[in-house]
Parts: sequence; C-alpha cells; structure tokens
Amino acid sequence: MFNKFRTSFLAAPYAVWVLICTILPLLYILGYAITNDAGTLTFANLLAITDPVHLKSLWLSVEIALSTTVICLIIAYPVALILHNLKISNKGFVVFLFILPMWMNFMLRILAWQIILSNNGILNNMLSAIGLPTIHILYTKAAVTLGMIYDFLPYMILPIYNALSKINDQVIEAAADLGANWWTTFIKITVPLSKDGIISGIIMVFVPALSSFVVSNLLGGGKVLLIGNVIEQEFTLARNWNLGSGLSIILMIFVLLSMSIMNRIDDSENGGMLV
Amino acid sequence: MTKAKKGASYLYLGLVFLFLYAPILVLIFLSFNNSMSRTVWGGFTLKWYLSLTSNDNIMSALGTTIRITLASSILATILGTSAAIGIHYMKKRHAALMLGATNIPLLNADIVTGISLMLLFTRFTPLGEFSVVLAHIAFSVPYVIFNVLPRLQSLSEACIEAALDLGATPTYAFCKVVWPELFPGVLSGFLMALTMSLDDFTITYFTKGAGVNTLSTMLYTQLRKGIQPELYALSTILFLLAFVLLLLMNFKRDIKKEAK
Repeated sequence: MFNKFRTSFLAAPYAVWVLICTILPLLYILGYAITNDAGTLTFANLLAITDPVHLKSLWLSVEIALSTTVICLIIAYPVALILHNLKISNKGFVVFLFILPMWMNFMLRILAWQIILSNNGILNNMLSAIGLPTIHILYTKAAVTLGMIYDFLPYMILPIYNALSKINDQVIEAAADLGANWWTTFIKITVPLSKDGIISGIIMVFVPALSSFVVSNLLGGGKVLLIGNVIEQEFTLARNWNLGSGLSIILMIFVLLSMSIMNRIDDSENGGMLV
Repeated sequence: MTKAKKGASYLYLGLVFLFLYAPILVLIFLSFNNSMSRTVWGGFTLKWYLSLTSNDNIMSALGTTIRITLASSILATILGTSAAIGIHYMKKRHAALMLGATNIPLLNADIVTGISLMLLFTRFTPLGEFSVVLAHIAFSVPYVIFNVLPRLQSLSEACIEAALDLGATPTYAFCKVVWPELFPGVLSGFLMALTMSLDDFTITYFTKGAGVNTLSTMLYTQLRKGIQPELYALSTILFLLAFVLLLLMNFKRDIKKEAK
C-alpha cells in the first residue's frame, strides 16, 4: 500500500483549518464570555442566565425543542417504517422527495406557514368552509412548534430510514417464525435495532430546535422569545457581544449535556432490551 | 400486508407529503398571483416571472448566493476529500482526535458557530463575501469527510496491493482503483455541502457584514416591509429545476437498469 505516514499528510491542510476555523473561534467566544467591555475577567455574562427573563426564554426553548423532538419522532418513525416496507423498485426516489422541500428557500417556506395559519388565512378559510370554528394559533407557542416540526422532520425521517435499511430481514422473519406477533417483533427487534438512527435523529432535531431564532421570529411574531432570539438581539440590537457570548456558552453547555444524556442511553442499552 | 393496512400506510405517507409540500404549493400559487397581497387571489399572471430579471436587487442576491454556494462546496469537497484520505491512514489516536474536532461544527448550534466565526473574522478580515465562503466551508467540510470516510473503510487493501504488484504506479493505482470507489462518497458529500450552503441562513447572517446579501438574508430583511413577489417566482423556478433534475436522474437510472 501507499506509504501510510506520507499519505496521512494529506490531512495537514485540514488540520490547520480545524485549528483556525473550529478551535480558535470557540476560544474567541469563550474569551468574550468571561470578560467585560473593558477586558477584565468576570463571570457576570455567564451568570446572566439566572436573570428571570433569560431563564424564562431558556426554559421555553427547552420546552419547545422537547415537544418538537417528540412529535417529530412520532410522525417520522411510521414514515420510515412504511418507506422501508414499500415494495417498489425506486425507493430512492420516494426518499428523495423528503429532501426536495429543502430546495425551496427555508425562509419562504416558514413565511408560507405564516400565510396558511393567519387569522383569515388558508387554514381558517377551509375550516369555516366546512363549518368548523376557526383557530387562532399564529404568533403563539403552538405555531412556533409547528414551524419547527415542519422544518426538522426530514432530519428525523432519514437517519431512522437508514438504520431500518441496515436491519437484516431474516432476523425479523426468525422472530415471526418463533411465534412473535407483529407488535412484539416491532418492540423487541425493530426498535432496538434502529436505535442508532433514532438517537441521531433526536440529536439532529433537538439541537437546532433548541437554538433556532428565525422560526420563533416569523411564527412567534416577537411574542415567543427563545434563547436564540435573546442571543441574536444581544449581537444585533443591544450590541453587547460579551453578554451574547456568555449566553452562547450556556447554550453550548446545554447542547453538550443533552448529547451526553443521549449517549448514556445509547451505552446502557447496548445489546440489551429497550424498556 | 393486508389491503386495508396498505391503504392506511399510503394514506399516512400522503398526509405527511401534504404537510411537507403545502407551503411550497402556497408559494407557487403566490408566484402566479396578480396582486401584491399575500392572502387575496387577484387572478393569474406571469408578470413576476417577466420582471424577475430586471430586478437588480434579486439578481445580485442570486449571483452572490450562487458564487458563495459553488465556491464553498467545491473548496469544501477538495479539502474534505484529502482530509478523509489523510485521516484514514493516520494512527488511530490522531484520527480520533481529528474526527472529534470534525464533529464540533455538526453538533454545535448554528447560532454559536456563526457568532464564534464572526468574532474571529472581525479581528482579521473585513466581513464580506470572502468571510461567508470561509464560514460555509467550515460547516460543510464535516459532511464531505463523513461521506468519504466510509468509502475508504470499505475499500479493499488487497485490490490496491494487487494493482501495485502488477506494476501500477501509486498514482495510476489511485486513479484506477481508489478513485472509482471513492467517487460516490465524494459526490454525495459535495451535494450535501451544496444543499447546506444554499439553505443556510443563520451562519451567513452573522458573518456577512453590511452590503452583502444572499437570497436568505435578503428575504429576512424584507419580511418586515413585505416580500417582493418576484422572489416567489425565482424560488418556484429554482424548486422546479431541482425537481426536474431529480426526475432526470431517476429516469436515467431506470434506463440503465433496463439495459442490464
């Protein structure tokens, strides 16, 4: 084979890149977070999260991100399962139909939801046409959650679908031959074997949902203030970069924490049964 | 599968597709709407499509978007592919370290990545198109690496050795044995980088500086004053283009299969 030592130097430009564009920016944000305007060391920016306003938006973010993740999982798992069991020749095409919406600008798609959900919008017109009472959910928590479910659903479907494709069908058949009914097979075989996909799906939905500020801006109309909105405002309106960096570090810690919880679930159940 | 169960699963898939495509249908409708209002149907028109090319704002944002997307995804593919090959032949310990660092932009929240890059860039370079390209490379390289690495891992060393034993130079062996195996991974990495760059708002928003606008950031600033209807027309064109490309790719694959 090629000289391994020499070939490994192909990664040298990337190593330099990682140092400058991955590690250094994180050091910068940390630097801003633990100093004030004058450059003296302070923990005030990190402790600012205990301010009731910030705390409230952090909890609201966690709440919306959790419900988004759970609902996405509930919608996505059957989709992935149905896709997997579909007996057609070009499944790849159907799977691609789930990625295709991403080619319509994300901002416009969320804007379209604004039009659908508004008080005299499409949804309410349809509801009143069939004699149902109208609903007013635009600029509420529910609308923001819906927008996030819409935006992140493909990120839940694809990893689960990939995990399901890797399952050896003979294992499922064996379970059926040994007398397991559909439900038992599903709970004891299919779900545990697709766990990796479920976990990466959860991470790919939860992290962006926790930190998003655009969806809440558009569908929350300024009434739903998430931690992402607070950070954005510190950088664009208030121009307090130190405070913004401090809150960003807190957000990062939250992301890391949730990830390590997910990894622990992954480890403890490795090879074991799913509860 | 019983018939009822089959029907139910098709119905379910259909509902999810409806959910995913409803906003897109709304936008396509709006692109043909002869009224500035977003909720009133003023009759069918093609005028937004016709006036599209004479709207300098939109055309310049489109140009910027295309330049940034192409530059960043091509550079990210080159950097990422060579990085993946290098990482594959590294000592395990070093490779683990590199992969850990590669995971950072994937796991970090977009807003944190955007802000941290902005804090770095403001020190060394004026914010502009160049800094946005750097930022886009930063978040798309990991996708390339993680698409190419599995290909390398499934590559048979014996094949390469056989090529070398039979007198191939390392370069020739790379072109004839390694590259064909690698290519699908490189291509899917490139396409992912392209899609991510095209769809990104948050990181562009923080690293772009004043005066530079991609389609996403332009839309964001227009949200308050009202969207120019030409934007619906442009998005419809871009979407249909992607859809036709997909159909063609699918069609070609079918023909290949039949030929076999």
